[in-house]
Amino acid sequence: MAYFDAASAEPIAPAAKFALLEALHDGWADPARLHREGRQARLLLDQAREQVAAIFGCRADEVSFTGSGTQAAHLAVLGAVQARRSPARGQGHVVVSAVEHSSVLNAAAFAEDSGTAVTIAGVDSSGRVDVDAFTAAVGRDRTVLACLQSANHEVGTIQPVPEVAAACQAAGVPLFVDAAASAGRMPPPAGWSMLAASSHKFGGPPGVGVLAVRKAVRWKSPLPSDNREGWRVPGFPNLPAIIAAAVALEDADADRQAADTALRGLTAQIRDQLPALVPDCVVHGDPVTRLPHIVTFSVLYLDGEALVIELDRAGFAVSSGSACASDTEQPSHVLAAMGALTHGNVRVSLPRNTTEESVTAFLAAMPDIVSRLRGSVGRVEQREIW
Amino acid sequence: MTSPRDAERTSAAPGPALRIDALGKKCPLPIIMLAEQIGEVSIGNVVEVLADDPATKTDVPAWCGLKSHEFLGAADLATTAGWAYRVRRSY
Repeated sequence: MAYFDAASAEPIAPAAKFALLEALHDGWADPARLHREGRQARLLLDQAREQVAAIFGCRADEVSFTGSGTQAAHLAVLGAVQARRSPARGQGHVVVSAVEHSSVLNAAAFAEDSGTAVTIAGVDSSGRVDVDAFTAAVGRDRTVLACLQSANHEVGTIQPVPEVAAACQAAGVPLFVDAAASAGRMPPPAGWSMLAASSHKFGGPPGVGVLAVRKAVRWKSPLPSDNREGWRVPGFPNLPAIIAAAVALEDADADRQAADTALRGLTAQIRDQLPALVPDCVVHGDPVTRLPHIVTFSVLYLDGEALVIELDRAGFAVSSGSACASDTEQPSHVLAAMGALTHGNVRVSLPRNTTEESVTAFLAAMPDIVSRLRGSVGRVEQREIW
Repeated sequence: MTSPRDAERTSAAPGPALRIDALGKKCPLPIIMLAEQIGEVSIGNVVEVLADDPATKTDVPAWCGLKSHEFLGAADLATTAGWAYRVRRSY
């Protein structure tokens, strides 16, 4: 079985599993308490915070741990809006790219319900945000926040964050960078004011997110006050998982360059060879400025769900942005924003331990699966349309 | 490539030469129907596709781009939820 869905969840790194078990032994007490057990838990939590801060290039007290990447994104967006709404500004204006993760778009929509204006900046056919449209929107009156992901989670295209960051800085607008797709795989882009990441996407356990807020950025919790995590995240933190997540991030970061070279080569094989092996197959995303581990394509005239099921049967675990393969009945908003074909969609995202043999086997299996499925779709005869 | 039947239709009016009813059909079926049937009109003529799967909003223009047929636009249907897409056969 080849697991090719690292962008949904990277298999947990062995070092993180070990750290999790150790932390269950040593790091279970309340880190806010003054007794010996509490102080030990506090020490471990502070150490995890230092580890994450070192990799994200910020101060430890700027880092808070959340319950997920989604919670980090919600808090980043709503906390920035909360801090900057005023009688003069009103509810403010937020700029997002059209291909942000649903957590960012949903948080923006949530703010919109309370009167905040939201501008959605479009992307080109590779999924790269339109920098001119984005920065023009940032320059609008009463803009309180701009949100641009480091790289796209569905097609892997790296976003021009440094360019956008310069415009945000000039306009005095904080920039939230959702780095969930790239954390542990590339350093965070320069110029962020707030950053989010998600443990299970870089080889840590699920249930841990990271929210980093630069000291100079005004941020106010949109939730009831709670003294945990620098007053940013309510509730007793999942300390063992946090400790394991920090170890996983360090582990991924240490292995980053080797993994980048290996995975980029393997995804390039799929990008280059699949269109020749499978007629009417379109590969999405920027061919060069992209994450190393993600390659996404659409197979014309096929149902994405059927492809995922057939590939699973053949021993390959992949995901799909096609409507029929999602729980919303809506096609991927990322593919739609790109103007890309949404049906027959497959996202292959390679975990760090992927072997060349498994990718070769995947490429060898695809033509048969596709022609078999195409032969069975509706009443379609295999004619010149393929 | 052009069959005698196609030749007959070459002088058709600017309106659609063929209407494909894909209402109630989920992607990729509307696109398959379009791909199968666009050859039934002559080059330069227009096919209209009626569909109500939201994925067609992206997939009809995307298919036209991939296959180099001309996407003329979409209009909301008056009597039912859905859209009418117009595509001109280019080759």
